Amino acid sequence: MESQSHSSDDTTMIAESVREVRQTFSSGKTREESWRREQLKRLLSLLLEREDDICRALGQDLGKHHVESYRDEVGPLIKSVNYALQGLKKWMAGRKAELPLAAFPASAQLVPEPLGVVLIMSSWNFPFGLCLEPLVGAIAAGNGAVIKPSELSPVSSSVLAELVHAYLDTTAIKIVQGGVSVGEQLLQQKWDKIFFTGGAKVGRVVMTAAARNLTPVALELGGKCPAVVDVLSSSWDQKIAMKRILSAKFGTCAGQACIAIDYILVEKKFSSTLVELLKTAIFSMFGENQKENIARIINKSHFSRLRNLLNEPMVTNSIVHGGWLDEDNLFIEPTLLLDPPVNSGIMSEEIFGPLLPIITLERIEDSIEFINSMPRPLAIYAFTNSEGLKKKLSSRTSSGSIVFNDAIIQYVADSFPFGGVGESGFGRYHGKFSFEVFSHEKVIARRSFLVDFWFRYPPWNDHKLQLFKSAYVFDYLGILLILLGLKKS
Amino acid sequence: MALGVEGVAGELRSIYATGKTKTFEWRVSQLKAILKITAHHEKEIVEALHSDLKKPELEAFLYEVSGVSSVCKYALKELHRWMMPEKVKTSMATYPSSAEIVSEPLGVVLVISTWNYPFLLSLEPVIGAIAAGNAVVLKPSEIAPATSSLLLKLLGEYMDTSAVKVVEGAVPETTALLEQKWDKIFYTGSGKVGRIILAAAAKHLTPVVLELGGKCPVVVDSNVNLKVTARRLIAGKWCYNSGQTCISADYAITTKEYASTLVDALSSELEKFYGKDPVKSNDLSSIINSYHFDRLTKLLDDEKVSGKIVLGGQRDKANLKIAPTIVLDAPEDSLILNEEIFGPLLPIVTVNKIEDSITLIKAKEKPLAAYLFTNDKKLKEEFIRSVSAGGIAINEIALHALEPTLPFGGVGESGMGSYHGKFSFDAFSHKKSVLQRGFSGDPAARYPPYTPGKLKFLQAMLSGSIIRILRALIGW
Repeated sequence: MESQSHSSDDTTMIAESVREVRQTFSSGKTREESWRREQLKRLLSLLLEREDDICRALGQDLGKHHVESYRDEVGPLIKSVNYALQGLKKWMAGRKAELPLAAFPASAQLVPEPLGVVLIMSSWNFPFGLCLEPLVGAIAAGNGAVIKPSELSPVSSSVLAELVHAYLDTTAIKIVQGGVSVGEQLLQQKWDKIFFTGGAKVGRVVMTAAARNLTPVALELGGKCPAVVDVLSSSWDQKIAMKRILSAKFGTCAGQACIAIDYILVEKKFSSTLVELLKTAIFSMFGENQKENIARIINKSHFSRLRNLLNEPMVTNSIVHGGWLDEDNLFIEPTLLLDPPVNSGIMSEEIFGPLLPIITLERIEDSIEFINSMPRPLAIYAFTNSEGLKKKLSSRTSSGSIVFNDAIIQYVADSFPFGGVGESGFGRYHGKFSFEVFSHEKVIARRSFLVDFWFRYPPWNDHKLQLFKSAYVFDYLGILLILLGLKKS
Repeated sequence: MALGVEGVAGELRSIYATGKTKTFEWRVSQLKAILKITAHHEKEIVEALHSDLKKPELEAFLYEVSGVSSVCKYALKELHRWMMPEKVKTSMATYPSSAEIVSEPLGVVLVISTWNYPFLLSLEPVIGAIAAGNAVVLKPSEIAPATSSLLLKLLGEYMDTSAVKVVEGAVPETTALLEQKWDKIFYTGSGKVGRIILAAAAKHLTPVVLELGGKCPVVVDSNVNLKVTARRLIAGKWCYNSGQTCISADYAITTKEYASTLVDALSSELEKFYGKDPVKSNDLSSIINSYHFDRLTKLLDDEKVSGKIVLGGQRDKANLKIAPTIVLDAPEDSLILNEEIFGPLLPIVTVNKIEDSITLIKAKEKPLAAYLFTNDKKLKEEFIRSVSAGGIAINEIALHALEPTLPFGGVGESGMGSYHGKFSFDAFSHKKSVLQRGFSGDPAARYPPYTPGKLKFLQAMLSGSIIRILRALIGW
């Protein structure tokens, strides 16, 4: 489209920005623990002081409620920054390791170092979260960073730029705003790592561009995240499950989230109960005025895409709740579908919207085969009390993460990694993993001059060979015996 | 052109889907099969390595046969532990919950190997892939043809060939393999081909490990135990396949003052190692083929360089042997100082102060390894702090590569990802997060309809502060 003509102002600005960040990185400033700590603290201030600006921007771009924005973006970010501040010293210190006898005496450590200057490309659905969570890791690891927010959430993009430039060290951390053309030009630069959140199509473009410079990448992509819903007999369990399911679909950016529940799998015999439970819960959770508590669709193009998914003939007939579209306000009400055709668009593509297909199966175990017939998703969810089903699901399917009896919540964890596998991406972050994804773990092996094993050097003979054979299996006794001449080959 | 390799990834995918390769029993059986290969075919392996590289028997045994068998034994010993899920703590934010990280195989993986340690660099990654439960295709280097066909034969005899395949060939076969969809590609070789691999992988969003090379510098300070240093330096250059090793010392840096002392020490130790006529020594490997032989002699015959040879320079074209050669202060722009040498030529670059060596190294691309011989604590710390490389060794060369508890891999131009020991297992695994919750209750604050009270609660929960949570609950 506009990719052929790059504005020469843009090109200059981009090259200049990257050059400045690289210069700052080379000066060594960003490697100092004090710098990293200071930036993280300032980021924390940014989040605490400007919560209203952030939530207002999200309201304008996506119609998100303030509480949803806090729950999904601001809050988790505050938590992540605090976690990084707490862990920073320890993370920076690295760790020790052992060495074999043939190297004795010696010691070894693993010391993390920053990769250098990194590019973070974010998506539009959680514009603050998806720019700043990776940034926390990039800063903690001591890098310089350039962030390209998505142009599809322009208010957030511009507020982010304003806030970062007001609070953080802009000689080392920059926001570059723009669309496809700016993205392409950024990809022409040489980076030490690229962290990309978005769709597979652009993910391929990013990785191909990175290949030219042997730049390692992390790709946080998407997929169709299924929720397997087992028979739940207790009404308490049902109530909680419904809340969590609905929140993980309609309550999270109206389903426009990489880890939103895309579709449900349920046994035929439980399906009508499930539909009724969902309908009841939708009403009690979203009430009369749904627009207030549910986000909008990001733009007309995605709105049309979703409408087309619903308009496929066999799909329209499968709607059992909702289906009302308000194009002027880019609003789609929570919509439930029962058994749309498996080869329809809504069941082949990632939905990324407030449409929830429910697929019925003879037995709940059939969900495993169903899930495995699709590309590996970022998350698999299962609502069940059966330990047997949990075990089967976990061992026979593969996904970025698997969560039992809840959804989306894995996003706020620090102790285990967040990332995909196969088509849902590679690389991971959150908690210490954010620090690691932007670090190189350098090995430092030390030796003294005190002891040297003469058998290390040519000219070679059998005697030396035997000594080596023993040394390599840590067979100290064997070595001693050979040295004393008591053991032969 | 149908090469017969087009469908291999798909074939392996069907086998992988049966779940066979994920079982502990299958993995153990395959690892044991590799052990049998090294135990019963040591002679053939050493012969193939001799045919391809004139590799001295001890080097072949040590780094390849014994290398592979110790990697395999280590994997067998540790496998049970590696396969265990890792329990992790969970925080306030997901309370109450329990979590663990589970290792799963990635699926069907491709290992593309190289020619200098053709047996080791083929099987060590394959061992990692199998230990992690994957189906694997190995494409050995065609530049070491005897080893390549021996690998085809031996793996064909001993391994489960429905899930572990060897595909021989050159560029056309490799291209045909790269067009297919893999769950991981592990490549050892050059940066030029590394870029091709990465671009091919991008089409299928395949993660890769690239073990590349670079110019690994060795800095020699004047306050060292010279005899030991000289021996270790020689071992780290010429005892590893005549310098054709990604982590051998590519070039040396020392002070102008110390240079001649160093050269003398190297010269005297080299004679002890290889005798007066090193080209005839059986303890020295040959150059792999005439293409590389010519490449190396060209580096020496460059008119600006040939005058700077202070030791060696002899060559035997018929046997593809080049004597250990030292070049002192070749011009900065000469090829020998700009390309990875991968041969028995050691340029020494002199600097005024030893600290200047750090600036010199930083001006080049990040290497796979960087080495420093010194007793000066400050220099050590500065070197470790400032020089970025896959790994750094102080007073030793290449040592770290032999240790399974240390990750082995590059950074920047020297590569991405790492392996050895558990890192091999990890390189071919997906670490899946498993989070378990019950239905025991949930703050209403998570859910719509949204209210200011809920906001306060969330602020408290995500801050982790018990006091704030209590207050929010009470309504303050």
